Amino acid sequence: MSKPFIEIEGLKKHFDIGNHQILKAVDDISFSIGKGETLGLVGESGCGKSTAGRTIIRLYEPTAGSIKIDGTDVTKVSKSQFKAYRSQMQMVFQDPYASLNPRMTILDIIGEALDIHGLAKSKAERKRRVEELLEIVGLNGEHASRYPHEFSGGQRQRIGITRALAVQPQFMILDEPISALDVSIQAQIINLLIDLQKKMGLTYLFVAHDLSMVKYMSDRVAVMYLGKIVELAKSEDLYANPQHPYTKALLSAIPVPDPDFEAGKERIVLKGDLPSPVNPPSGCPFRTRCPAATERCAAEAPMLRETRPGHIAACHYA
Amino acid sequence: MNNDTNRGSIRPEQFQKIDRSNYVFERIERKRLTAWQDIRYRLVSNKLAMTGFYIMCVVLLFAIFAPMISPHDHFTNDLPNANQAPSWQHLFGTDDLGRDMFERTWKGAQISLFVGFAAALIDLIIGIIYGGIMGYYGGKVDEAMNRFAEIIYAIPHLLVTILLLVVMEPSLTTIIVAMSITGWINMAWIVRGQIMQLKNQEYALASKALGAGAMRIIFRHLIPNAMGPILVTLTLTVPSAIFTEAFLSFLGLGVQSPVASWGTMINDGVKSMTLYPWRLMFPALFLSLMMFAFNVFGDGLRDAFDPKLKK
Ligand SMILES: Nc1ncnc2c1ncn2[C@@H]1O[C@H](COP(=O)(O)OP(=O)(O)O)[C@@H](O)[C@H]1O
Ligand code: SF4
Ligand SMILES: [Mg+2]
Repeated sequence: MSKPFIEIEGLKKHFDIGNHQILKAVDDISFSIGKGETLGLVGESGCGKSTAGRTIIRLYEPTAGSIKIDGTDVTKVSKSQFKAYRSQMQMVFQDPYASLNPRMTILDIIGEALDIHGLAKSKAERKRRVEELLEIVGLNGEHASRYPHEFSGGQRQRIGITRALAVQPQFMILDEPISALDVSIQAQIINLLIDLQKKMGLTYLFVAHDLSMVKYMSDRVAVMYLGKIVELAKSEDLYANPQHPYTKALLSAIPVPDPDFEAGKERIVLKGDLPSPVNPPSGCPFRTRCPAATERCAAEAPMLRETRPGHIAACHYA
Repeated sequence: MNNDTNRGSIRPEQFQKIDRSNYVFERIERKRLTAWQDIRYRLVSNKLAMTGFYIMCVVLLFAIFAPMISPHDHFTNDLPNANQAPSWQHLFGTDDLGRDMFERTWKGAQISLFVGFAAALIDLIIGIIYGGIMGYYGGKVDEAMNRFAEIIYAIPHLLVTILLLVVMEPSLTTIIVAMSITGWINMAWIVRGQIMQLKNQEYALASKALGAGAMRIIFRHLIPNAMGPILVTLTLTVPSAIFTEAFLSFLGLGVQSPVASWGTMINDGVKSMTLYPWRLMFPALFLSLMMFAFNVFGDGLRDAFDPKLKK
């Protein structure tokens, strides 16, 4: 990997939820992504993946930490300069129904991206550009005058992708882009994303809530638990040699298309629910559900350390 | 264990190959009802609301056209014909100066409806801007703006009006200004609540991620999606403004003679209620009808927008 394109250092996002309580949705995460690379970000629902994505793209103000894109810390640039960085990073959202304004036509939804960045000189050019973009993602350009409710979930997600592409970004955060779709359509969207990445040299942060989804997409995978990264490694290594008990549990939950293996497989069932990020457990955040927890885990928080070459995990016993 | 026996009972003959050559993965879905069509359907099937709607339309049509085609006018005195009971000549009778009550009732309707719509429009404009900014920015901005609104809201309405009448002549403008000083707050709070709910919707976030500014997000994305509750509030503002005007005019603080509104006519009518009941009856009847019509229509509109709220 050459010089990283995206570098996240010590990123924190804490929400003040009133009553003098702080919800640490993202608590000190660091990672980097090389140009053209895909980093998978995986963890249960509520562990802070969307908050991390939204903070990186500056929809939320970070509580602490730096976000570097191609060497520039975007948390430090002025508001007016930041607009230029806006077009470098874009996001595809999880819910294809909530992410398109029901009161706007597709032309206006995508056209807005062009308007904001002055990418179309005239009405005719705007329309032509939107139609071109729609064709790129495999939709019929003539449908631009329709409203979102006239499209299916997969088509809406393509429209969401088109909107992000309209400003010619280099980095895209894909926040569970397929988890709301039918299984038969998921593969089509994944293939489209891979295609676009190849054609345009895009860099992806691919967010998912289970490990099976990221497998085909990601070069490296980061596993998140309660606002922290607990393991990060190359995809093959993470699947072959999971180090953290949480990763092992997530992996054991993926069904394998081999009945004999499936029958003999040991399935680690996580007990209990995700603890509240308002009052995280002392020591290791995973200790309340970890089958291997000891007294040390309650007393001392494990640091992320290299447990195999190029493979880091935060567990005392990894 | 169990698994193996199960697996043993499934034989290849039981499977059949499905021909997927003509299978279309995704096609454009049949045109579903849009949200607006859905709302219209619910509204049209609500009989009470539609009754209100038709009453509003009829009164509005009469208010516009009746004074145009009627042979009388509303200000010429005709003392020999004062206080006449309703007849073919004067459908609603005449008042103490012999003016045709039919003519005056519809002229009064014009004034009352104008006040109602003007007040609602001003509330709408101020309320959307103020409430939109409060709701979108939240935090300290919201707190400060909300405090200001609360202070104004706490001042008694009538007091504001009377103080204003000290400074300004009693007139239509004064009444509308007086009502607007406090009237917009309700609308602002409705808009604020809506915007707070909507601002974290993914489409608003997507627009922000594209680099859209607050004004674009508020007015292009959020307000159009909050139109339901805004329209309902608007519909319910009209009758309350009409009633306030009637009330102020009844107290003599409203429009001045010879201009008539329903309120001033009721004021006149009450004085001779026992002798010439029609002078009270007609303006009072139409005022009540209009209040009823706007209120049931507004309620119907609310139920149509949010069927879950229906009692
Ligand atoms: N705007 C917000 N205000 C307060 N708490 C929030 C906000 N957004 C998310 N959270 C909380 O942060 C935690 C992480 O949420 P999220 O990032 O959506 O998780 P994920 O995407 O992994 O499901 C959750 O406990 C959620 O309730
Ligand atoms: S540090 Fe302890 S509790 Fe945490 S994952 Fe490792 S073994 Fe489990
Ligand atoms: Mg999420």
